[in-house]
Amino acid sequence: MRVSAPATLLDDDDIRRALTRIAHEIVERDERADDLVLVGIANRGDHLARRLAAEIERIEGMAVPVGVLDITFYRDDIGLRAEAPEVHETRIDVDITGRTVVLVDDVLFTGRTIRAAMDALTDFGRPARIRLAVLVDRGHRELPIRADFVGKNVPTHRDDDVRVRVVELDGDDAVVVQGASSLSQEVGR
Amino acid sequence: MKRHVLSMHDLTSDDVTRVLDTAESFREVGSRVIKKVPALRGRTVVNLFLENSTRTRISFELAAKRLSADVINFSASGSSVAKGESLKDTALTLQAMGADAIVIRHSSSGSPLQLTRWVEGHVVNAGDGTHEHPTQALLDLYTMRERLGRLEGLRVAIVGDVLHSRVARSLSFGLVKMGAEVTLIGPPTLIPPDAPTWGVQVSYDLDAVMPKLDVCYMLRVQRERQRLDYFPSVREYNRLFGLTATRAESLQEGALIMHPGPMNRGVEIDSDVADLPQSVIEEQVTNGIAVRMSLLYLLLGGGALPGGTDEVSRA
Repeated sequence: MRVSAPATLLDDDDIRRALTRIAHEIVERDERADDLVLVGIANRGDHLARRLAAEIERIEGMAVPVGVLDITFYRDDIGLRAEAPEVHETRIDVDITGRTVVLVDDVLFTGRTIRAAMDALTDFGRPARIRLAVLVDRGHRELPIRADFVGKNVPTHRDDDVRVRVVELDGDDAVVVQGASSLSQEVGR
Repeated sequence: MKRHVLSMHDLTSDDVTRVLDTAESFREVGSRVIKKVPALRGRTVVNLFLENSTRTRISFELAAKRLSADVINFSASGSSVAKGESLKDTALTLQAMGADAIVIRHSSSGSPLQLTRWVEGHVVNAGDGTHEHPTQALLDLYTMRERLGRLEGLRVAIVGDVLHSRVARSLSFGLVKMGAEVTLIGPPTLIPPDAPTWGVQVSYDLDAVMPKLDVCYMLRVQRERQRLDYFPSVREYNRLFGLTATRAESLQEGALIMHPGPMNRGVEIDSDVADLPQSVIEEQVTNGIAVRMSLLYLLLGGGALPGGTDEVSRA
């Protein structure tokens, strides 16, 4: 089977600029930066959350706590796959009750991950509010969920494979799309 | 992973690592305000305990509940087993009620294997006679790995009534599988004749081995299973094979003292030794919940088709 070459949607500079803008938007949105907690969804969102926290610290001069959340145990497809989904680390060292939690994820797609993440967060406490920041919104929602802060909106085909690469795990920063739609076009030719 | 876990031989070393790694995440769940996740909502786990047990039964019950599974506890007294119902009829009843997993504790070796022939759900051995107790071995491996950072190359002595101990069998198989060096120590009457085929060393001299150990694992003297007099007196047993305060001092720094419980204080382990800081007996119990959650999650969280993963991968 032929697969089209992956196309780069965002390079490292684009990602850096997008995160800087989101960091500004987060502090503008809520008047109090001291009750912020960033929670990244494993295992790309946590790296983005750490960079956002560093950016907010540069802007506001105060450290923002960062947590990492694995949503595996809250998935709605457990038992529907051959193998139990792989589990990653969860670590939220601060009490989130009464604070503004910004969930951070790499790609917003069906919304099911965010639903699971909100269920998981409520087992840690009762946040005053939960907001959502994503690097890429690729559409095709299956639940009534939208992001408060978006790095880039990308129209995609439902079967496209959109991947965020982060330097910590993948060696470089990039958002790439592997098109199922372009594949069918090539086959059509 | 195999459909049933009856023996440590049912798990590959990769499976063991996966169970222990996943258990790390469940340890974190145990530290939350709400110590419960919805992972196994709608699944039914039956605890079929036909032999007395405190910690294993409670541990499995708590593990299944913290995964949001529905739990049915079933023991010999207070059920139709007391009226003479056979294991097969009990199993078929549980099958008819739609049990997704059956956790079985039984005084007869091999009864979990027998159970797999009658039910479609997953079967987990929670201790069968003098055969195996794989989840105890897994929680012991977890505790060793967490405290000492590795399993490979660890020097572990398993001391006491090895002959009657399902814990010793499962733990030996598990440790050998993970690359540890195991020495079984006890009176010759209580060392099984086939022990050398397990890939372990055998010694009758506890004092000679003590200073080299990373883990000293004491077994309970199982009076209830001993049909003969295997040693002259409890006093002599304690002097030769008991973990006394003097003996504990000969352990190297950082070495662990472990015991699967319930302890006979003053027989295989002296009371003040059980409460030393290097004794991790209570940690073993705490880790047991996370390890059992991990195993239930990995068994029940995959495809729930009869016939298991084979059919799914063929599809």
